Amino acid sequence: MSLLIQDLHACIPDREILKGFSLEVKPGEVHAIMGPNGSGKSTLSKVLCGHEDYEVTSGSVTLDGEDLLAMDVDARSRAGLFLAFQYPFEIPGVSNANFIRAALQARLPKGEELDAVGYYKQLYRRMDELEMSRSFTARSVNEGFSGGEKKRNEILQLMMLEPKYSILDETDSGLDIDALKVVSQGVNAMRSPERGFLVITHYQRLLDYIKPDIVHVMVEGRLIRSGGPELALELEAKGYELTHAA
Amino acid sequence: MSVAAPIAEPEMEKPLSPPLSSAPTDLTPDFSKLEDAPEWFQSRARAAWEEFQSLPMPGLRDEHWRYSQSKNLSLDGLHLAGETTEAEKQAAIEGSKGLTHVAARLIFLNDRLIHSQTDGLEQGVVVLPFAEALRSHGDVLQQYLMKRKADLGSEKFAALHLAHVQAGAVVLAPKNAVLKAPIEIFHWVSGVNSLVFPHTLIVAGDHAQVTVLDHHASLRDEVAQSVAVADFVAGNGSHITYVNSQELADSARALHISSTTVARDAQVKALQLQLGASFARSESVSDLAGEGSRSDMLGVSLPFSSQVVDMRTLQNHLAPHTYSDLLYKNALYDKTRTIFSGLINVADGAHYTDAYQKCRNLLNSADSEAVSMPGLEINADQVKCSHGATSAPISADELFYLKARGIPDQESRQLIAIGFVEDVISRLGHEELIESLDRRIEEKFARQAA
Repeated sequence: MSLLIQDLHACIPDREILKGFSLEVKPGEVHAIMGPNGSGKSTLSKVLCGHEDYEVTSGSVTLDGEDLLAMDVDARSRAGLFLAFQYPFEIPGVSNANFIRAALQARLPKGEELDAVGYYKQLYRRMDELEMSRSFTARSVNEGFSGGEKKRNEILQLMMLEPKYSILDETDSGLDIDALKVVSQGVNAMRSPERGFLVITHYQRLLDYIKPDIVHVMVEGRLIRSGGPELALELEAKGYELTHAA
Repeated sequence: MSVAAPIAEPEMEKPLSPPLSSAPTDLTPDFSKLEDAPEWFQSRARAAWEEFQSLPMPGLRDEHWRYSQSKNLSLDGLHLAGETTEAEKQAAIEGSKGLTHVAARLIFLNDRLIHSQTDGLEQGVVVLPFAEALRSHGDVLQQYLMKRKADLGSEKFAALHLAHVQAGAVVLAPKNAVLKAPIEIFHWVSGVNSLVFPHTLIVAGDHAQVTVLDHHASLRDEVAQSVAVADFVAGNGSHITYVNSQELADSARALHISSTTVARDAQVKALQLQLGASFARSESVSDLAGEGSRSDMLGVSLPFSSQVVDMRTLQNHLAPHTYSDLLYKNALYDKTRTIFSGLINVADGAHYTDAYQKCRNLLNSADSEAVSMPGLEINADQVKCSHGATSAPISADELFYLKARGIPDQESRQLIAIGFVEDVISRLGHEELIESLDRRIEEKFARQAA
């Protein structure tokens, strides 16, 4: 039982970005991936979700033994994978409540209707935890949201969908310290022995709030170092130069 | 199951949905039926028939029919809608599922009134079937009935309408009457090659407020044609909200000719919701006649299969300090086609006009085509005008985002399309009305998916 990535190679038309990436995230674990700009961190998250801009040329990814790469984007999500986007997209005219409801409905067997009362109860509870105003249920998905509100909305979706494996792609970028705390609390509330997390970040700061079990350093499309939480502090102190020496 | 036909091009002669029979059509009105109608009406109906006969069908070079063609509304083989059976009446009444809270509901089948419920009317608002209004409120009709000449291409069809009109609703709201609940009208058509002439006239007195929802629907999927006219007269400071919900069967054809006159400080919102028909055309004119008047011209279409939606508009600013805002959105599927042609005219002296016009098309298929022809004519000073048209496929980013949350491809596309038109519908500002129209759109998607 794990999200298992083995020797993954992926490219965009003119160049290879992931060059033999391997990692196993087990339920209950929180992994952090740090790395300089252009190391392929965000590409990794999009490839795992099945973004059509990237072609996987070799390697494998399995989610609890199932071949993730053989699944469509939506099937990967329903199988238990979640990506908190670095830059969440806006969906004009689709209310946040309807969007999340459609995502939950898609997880039910055909012909079964989502219980609306239970849904809203849960939605409001999670929104309260994230200190989100109720007005966000009726507003169009991410439209006119501030950077911080968009990130809270990503975590709200995470909390509602309860995925087995979550990837947080630079969730801390553009957040002030208060928003960072709230978002981190949301993630921490979801930590459990049944769920694995992959936290991608450029800065060590986030890891003060979401404490990782294992920290990895990614450079040029693959992991070059792994260690405990202290590795993040070392990177913060010495900068990514040390990764070249490694 | 829509009528298979080639996509219309200006140079093509073939009509979109050929009538089943090409027998010579006799559409001569039976004027003897008008014996108890007012004299003025009898003579106008006769004159209209003369006019219909004298006017040619609009030709291929007619500017108002560019990228479309009047043969899509060919009258060949059509006949006046006939008597219906008791079972058909029952089916129409049962099929008239609309709003929960209405001030009045009229149901017509083949231009005959089959149901009338007006117990929710208050403050002196009157809702009458056309024939009855002719007898009881002849003076009002004489003043307002089709006084604004159709001039966006369908003059001939408007003349035919006036020669035959006997059904539809006349809504008269006296000064200061504010009716919260909408008035809902159903126009059903039944019988192969039936031709109907639904009429709507709304006259709002000073500071009155009314909302009217028209449905045009078919009992069965068969060739039929609706030639509707809807005129709105908004008195000083009044508010009129109007929706034309065109839900005809895929084989039917629809024409909706509408004119709006907005007096001082009055506001009119009118939405064209095109859901059915193989060919649907709307011609909407707004005359901003009084200072401070405002017109919101709204349009939504979601054509599937080989449906063609043809929209012609005129924002006609005749007085200073007038405001018009046009927003038409089309979500196109399969081999469908939309044509939008809109003109903003700012007349001499209509200074300080604000006029906006936007047509946006969401292309869900590589075989769909959206034609947009915006236009401006400005003869005044201190005018703010903008117009624009965009056509784009569904955003890959939006689609990826929804699918990344587990929503399957088809549902994701549907959510995006419904969201795309939602801001137009929500501008009606009436919650139950908005919900009811949203439901109809969702039902259309469900029918297509089935």
